[in-house]
Amino acid sequence: MSDYRVIEAKSSVFFDRYERKPELQQQTHYCPGCGHGVVHKLIAEAIEDLGLQDRTILVSPVGCSVFAYYYFNTGNVQAAHGRTPAVATALKRSHPESIVIGYQGDGDLAAIGMSEIVHAANRGEKFTIFFVNNAIYGMTGGQMAPTTLVGQMSTTTPWGRRPSNEGFPLHMAELLATLEAPVYIERVALCDNKNIMRTRKAVRKALELQRDAAGFSFVEILSPCPTIWKMTPAEARNWVAEKMLPVFPLGVLRDRKLPPSGNAVPPQHSVAELLELAAPGEAPSTLQPPRAPLPGLAVNIAGFGGQGILLLGQVLAEMGLRAGQEVSWLPSYGPEMRSGSAHCHVCLANERVGSPLVEHPQVLVAMNEPSLRKFAAQVAADGLVLYNRDALPAGFSVPQARVYCVPASEIADRLGAAKTANMVMLGALLELTHALPAETALAVLQTKVRNPALLEINRHALDAGAERIRKAVPPAILTTA
Amino acid sequence: MPSEPRGKVTINSNECKGCGLCVDACPPKCLELAPELTPYGVHPARYLGSACTGCGICFYACPEPGAITVYRMMPPPKSPATLSQEANRAATL
Repeated sequence: MSDYRVIEAKSSVFFDRYERKPELQQQTHYCPGCGHGVVHKLIAEAIEDLGLQDRTILVSPVGCSVFAYYYFNTGNVQAAHGRTPAVATALKRSHPESIVIGYQGDGDLAAIGMSEIVHAANRGEKFTIFFVNNAIYGMTGGQMAPTTLVGQMSTTTPWGRRPSNEGFPLHMAELLATLEAPVYIERVALCDNKNIMRTRKAVRKALELQRDAAGFSFVEILSPCPTIWKMTPAEARNWVAEKMLPVFPLGVLRDRKLPPSGNAVPPQHSVAELLELAAPGEAPSTLQPPRAPLPGLAVNIAGFGGQGILLLGQVLAEMGLRAGQEVSWLPSYGPEMRSGSAHCHVCLANERVGSPLVEHPQVLVAMNEPSLRKFAAQVAADGLVLYNRDALPAGFSVPQARVYCVPASEIADRLGAAKTANMVMLGALLELTHALPAETALAVLQTKVRNPALLEINRHALDAGAERIRKAVPPAILTTA
Repeated sequence: MPSEPRGKVTINSNECKGCGLCVDACPPKCLELAPELTPYGVHPARYLGSACTGCGICFYACPEPGAITVYRMMPPPKSPATLSQEANRAATL
């Protein structure tokens, strides 16, 4: 009696039993003759042979292969329809040492997931996609897929796909091969023994490339769907050869090495560097925590686009940053860059800002009348309103708040630069609230206004705003005027 | 007595769905679908018992992960004389 040794057997990358259902735990859920099982076996074998099982994360799609996680004893994530490349991107970027395999069908990848696959491939994400193309929606019962052949019948093209109405089959491998980033793209087919072994080689190569961190690899596998095609398994394999191959020619469409791309991590800058308080790489020693805790402040600044509304908010927020505060700046504006309404919320706080939204501002800076009318009622009790006019509109009052009328636009005009009206208001705001030391306003402006003459006007504007408050008539009289 | 086949195949009838792809794919045509039914109601593939070369093609044609196991005959153990000859050759290289 001779000794026989096992040369082909179930891969150890598969679970011993599949716990999807109490019965039939030794069978996959695929139809007899389905291509998915073969692709699963080729992937499992490659994972096992390359020793990648403990590092592999398989992303299952929506479609017949949705249950791949019941079969592969690897890490598993099941993604929303078509989103496998997006999920795989996150997995690979957060776990670069892992082997991330996206498994997708043609409905999943080429229809609802077209955007995700194109952008992931274009970014050159360093994972592998196995694209199982059977030219039909299988799980949902045989609707037309983007890859359905011209003339092919489906439940949604019962008389055959007509290009005049449904367009032509999408060639995903060719489409992705127009992109720069992918390193390996091949189309293979499960149509006969020889091509199954070519598929085996392609699957292995794609995983080897990922193991070597080469870049994005993509294998399109033409695969039979005997049930939906209404054929025997053997007929279905022949149909792949006879009907699909002429439309989807096999072969390697991309096989190249990319030069090392350098560090993909975006440069990180400290707050101090961004505020130009420290040179890149220098310890942010110039960021001072406040000596005495500054009062927190929630501000709404409103007006029309072009009045420097958003810039005023930015300067205020950056002043808070320099003082070591937690800040937020939340702009809101229309599509027009000028003359539309604009406002921004600024939070200055000594703890982390929970929400950048300011529902009841302690200070409202209203740079025009519509903004005053729109937001005055929201101002907190005992809050402040700074209004860009000599007086409130006739008959209008803000009973819960103190109102200061600062004709900032007129003051700025007199100073020679109408656009510094926002700084007049900032000067007034700082003088009234003492929320932040006024000298930091100028320091922030120095980083934003490069023209020395204009910077000087801004400095005068800040002073003029403060001066206006120091000489102001008590607000109680104004509000009742 | 005919020599023993170079290979052999076992088929797990709990996994086989009777698709017949292995029968089609087998180069020496040593597989068939059995006339009897499994408890699931399919005619499972079975090995005819001779002519298997252990090529493994049926394994890759089969969609089920573990329905087919392929064996190949071990080469006969080498005699001590052959082993010492090989060792001498290696030493002179």
